[in-house]
Amino acid sequence: MAEVRAEMVANVWKVVAAEGAEVSDGDTLVILESMKMEIPVLAEGSGTLTRLHVAEGDVVQEGDLIAVIE
Amino acid sequence: MLNSVLVANRGEIARRVIATARRLGIRAVAVYSEADEELPFVAEADEAVLIGPPPPAKSYLDSGAVLAAARRTGAAAIHPGYGFLSENPQFARRVLAEGLTWVGPPPEAIEQMGDKINARNLMAQAGVPVAAGTTEPVTSADAALAEAARIGYPVMVKAAAGGGGIGMSVVRDPDGLRAAFETARTRAERFFGDPAILLERYIERARHVEVQILGLADGRVIALGERDCSVQRRHQKVAEETPSPGVGAALRARMLAAAVRAGAAVGYRGAGTVECLVDPAAGDFVFLEMNTRLQVEHPVTELVTGIDLVEQQFRIAAGEDVSFDAAAVQPRGHALELRVYAEDPVRFLPSPGTITRWEEPVGAGVRVDAGYAAGNQVTPFYDPLLAKLCVHGPDRDQALARAREAVAAFRIVGPRTNLPFHADLLASEEFSSGDYDTSIVARLRP
Repeated sequence: MAEVRAEMVANVWKVVAAEGAEVSDGDTLVILESMKMEIPVLAEGSGTLTRLHVAEGDVVQEGDLIAVIE
Repeated sequence: MLNSVLVANRGEIARRVIATARRLGIRAVAVYSEADEELPFVAEADEAVLIGPPPPAKSYLDSGAVLAAARRTGAAAIHPGYGFLSENPQFARRVLAEGLTWVGPPPEAIEQMGDKINARNLMAQAGVPVAAGTTEPVTSADAALAEAARIGYPVMVKAAAGGGGIGMSVVRDPDGLRAAFETARTRAERFFGDPAILLERYIERARHVEVQILGLADGRVIALGERDCSVQRRHQKVAEETPSPGVGAALRARMLAAAVRAGAAVGYRGAGTVECLVDPAAGDFVFLEMNTRLQVEHPVTELVTGIDLVEQQFRIAAGEDVSFDAAAVQPRGHALELRVYAEDPVRFLPSPGTITRWEEPVGAGVRVDAGYAAGNQVTPFYDPLLAKLCVHGPDRDQALARAREAVAAFRIVGPRTNLPFHADLLASEEFSSGDYDTSIVARLRP
């Protein structure tokens, strides 16, 4: 199981992957936006995206859980 | 002179405009979002009005809220700063329709320069050199491929309504162009509400050099020298200097004359900037775009000319003469600006956070335009600019020496900053030599 966490305070601009989807290492899961910059959040490892903790428009804090890949 | 002004902006530029307004005895009104209540610009204004929640669309971009604040406080004029509503011709028209003074160019000039395709075409007609490129919006990837074949690779893909480097990219072959075209279109739609794309021949090893112009109240347009803005990351400026080490006297004279023609072609009034690309190998330049507002890096021009550009904006907006003899401007010495961003100094990723310690450098020739102070929160809602560290010296070497000392003395604890990057830049052989181009950051941070 791999947890994907936010690297910084940011707004969730776009949710790219869907819960339950098969993802590969390096796939874009979510795109965050902070300080007018888009920051893609990538899958670290391959597997099933069992949980997606954020929705578009959410604000995430540094360290917040974004997704779980199993 | 104006008796009051509302500053429709935030951070360091709001603070800087408020400082000149107060020096001139103009009552300064700030507007702020819920995220910015504690920032210095709010405290330093004569009056401050909360205009909405943190997201820009609900505060600083909400023209209705800004105008309501102006009515409520009886402000006679609006200064838009840079970004936000500064290059929005509809907003400028609304300001004028309310009987307020707009501290900016005529809305028609903003409109003509705001569409980069139109601006290129207009400049070519006015005798200002432009790079080979598209003269109409490119609407499909296939059309882009056909145009690129005509222009020749490498080409730059840009949003016609764009700015801030968003969606811009350089492509070297047809495969790269397809992807870049789609990215540019998506971002142009999202950030600027207009999907029009243009292609332009990309000049390798170019320098980004811009000319400061002022359109005077009597209709004359003058040029106040150039600024070299070649130090960029993600097509956004990080450091600027004047004079440009890559521009000799003859090229400078041609660029300044072309910038005056550019301003005259749109009936420009107030402060504006004509951005160009300089090809040092060919000793030549092309028009890139015009920014119809005060530029972030205007302090370097102020340091070498001794002219307060914001004061001139106020005077011109009030229909008055400028404060200096336009025929006798003689820049002195060398000036640099280093943009201090809340971002990590290696990958340049945003780093919001609470500032626990803030100590600015002081000393001869050092000027700091800061938007924040100790205790402030840097939020993810706005651009990462914390402060502009500017230095002036009798020549470039002395200005660089002062800049190195000032960077070492600047202490910011809390968010990560790019100050270590600036130390590396100033220590690098490439920057020190003056012989650099827009790829310098990529070489320093491979």
